[in-house]
Amino acid sequence: MSHFLTPVFAPGFFASEAVHIALGVGTLVAIVTGAVGVFTVMRGQAFAGEAFGDIGTTGGSGAFLVGVGPLWGFVIGNLLAAGAMETIGIQRTRGRDLATGIVLGASIGLAALFLYLYTASHSTTGETVTILFGSAFAIASSTFPLIALLSLLALAITITLYRPLLLATVSPEMAAARGIPVRMIGILYLIALALAAALAAITIGSILGTALLVGPAASALRLTKRPLVAMLTAAGIGIGAMWLGIVLAYDSYEWPPSGHGWPISFFVVTLVFILYLASGLPERRHRRRGDSPEQARPALDIVHESQ
Amino acid sequence: MSPNILTVQGVDVRLAGRKILDRVSFNIAPGEFTGLIGSNGAGKTTLFRVILGLQPASAGEVLFGGSTRASPSKLIGFVPQKFLLDPDLPMRARDLVGLGLDAQRLGIPRPSRARRALVEEMLEAVDATRFADTRVGRLSGGEQQRILIAHALIARPRLLLLDEPLANLDLRSAHEVVALLARIAREQQIAVLISAHEINPLLGVMDRIVYLASGRAVSGSADEVVRADVLSKLYGHHVDVLNVHGRVLIVAGAGEDTDLAGHEVAFPDTEIVS
Repeated sequence: MSHFLTPVFAPGFFASEAVHIALGVGTLVAIVTGAVGVFTVMRGQAFAGEAFGDIGTTGGSGAFLVGVGPLWGFVIGNLLAAGAMETIGIQRTRGRDLATGIVLGASIGLAALFLYLYTASHSTTGETVTILFGSAFAIASSTFPLIALLSLLALAITITLYRPLLLATVSPEMAAARGIPVRMIGILYLIALALAAALAAITIGSILGTALLVGPAASALRLTKRPLVAMLTAAGIGIGAMWLGIVLAYDSYEWPPSGHGWPISFFVVTLVFILYLASGLPERRHRRRGDSPEQARPALDIVHESQ
Repeated sequence: MSPNILTVQGVDVRLAGRKILDRVSFNIAPGEFTGLIGSNGAGKTTLFRVILGLQPASAGEVLFGGSTRASPSKLIGFVPQKFLLDPDLPMRARDLVGLGLDAQRLGIPRPSRARRALVEEMLEAVDATRFADTRVGRLSGGEQQRILIAHALIARPRLLLLDEPLANLDLRSAHEVVALLARIAREQQIAVLISAHEINPLLGVMDRIVYLASGRAVSGSADEVVRADVLSKLYGHHVDVLNVHGRVLIVAGAGEDTDLAGHEVAFPDTEIVS
């Protein structure tokens, strides 16, 4: 049996502890980013998700500099950023992009300084690469409980708020008229998004984290017309991309230049991208056949006119 | 108990020093169909926000069934203005109707036969069964209005507020939506308050008009309100009310306003009959 599977799973794949951790973390994080990401895409907050990724870079590099785990840096950095975005008005349509952009610029500048100071004092660039592009194989097993806790927290917020958040996403005015505290719901969701972005960052790197947050969710939105099914589909796509990415990255130790595995994040992000392109196919087929009543509008227009 | 489901009493609203609403008063009885008529900027949306409890009034009060303490969110179904849903929203029309039932509750709704039956009943009530499984953002403007009305109705409100629901609709869809709302008001004894900048689509069905101009209001039956003397007083200068083939035209009178220099000039809420 194991001989038969050798072309797929390189020797030692199932025995490696790093693989176990990568699979466990990858699965958890794919579920969280899928559930949270569907709302990110629906609310038109993909840019805020990207911003968390970049701000996470600052937090992560700062964490290395003071000698604590990068996940703490990602989480604390993102939560502070969420506070800043809320203060300068991320929930207002016009303020959103501008405010996020301003926080982002300041934050990346700080990250540049932290990474410079760290490299200057340790004369190694390995940590810089880990922060920016991640490595699911490099996650310490001691970090796993924290990852599980944060995953549960982000998931619990999203599922608890599901109904009011959904209506506030569809129409803040309709939600407010029903007595839903729209602003409070928005802030709590932003916290869930900050946590999900930190989890994505520890798994596939702070720069690439958004891909996991937004990619599977955007694909799911094309494939299903029910919100809960979209969340499950996005989680499924994320898990698929993570697992296949881990298998390929493990195999790539034997690819040229041999002795160095290719970055796992490269595989995951590329798979997410390919799945996003593929998810557009069913709709295009419908459109060509002209049998869909849904054909008149553009395929991807995530801007909410009424926010 | 007061016979009125809604009483608006001397409501003033000032925003940044500007008077948006000026001593607005009117009543609405259960099952009554009321048109809130006024041009853009007359204060219609602000008045709705006051009724919904989202905008505090500087003076005056809003009473529901004679009480100031009743919670508007439980009594009112609301359809907001200029509403076009995102076409990629992963949500069927029936999902949005179902959300009307319990959107303020936490957690994920448990599917049940009773819930499904209620949603089905509401979809039938607004004649939307045909497109119940389509993505709600990809329906036409008139179809979306029906779904939003069903969303508002499923929670069994006593009063339905609709902010300019006819604004983006073609004439036929507008007529259908008005007929649907009139039927709901009559059959289910739900009071309807609908804002519009054009009076004509609503003329046949209104029990009452609240006519709003620069923050001030007059209310009464169509015959009491749509008259040259009443509207001239409200606008603060002379207007004529003309009847043309059963349609009403409200036009500025000649010679009264020096800026108009004797030209016949239509107000923004005037119908041009073609």
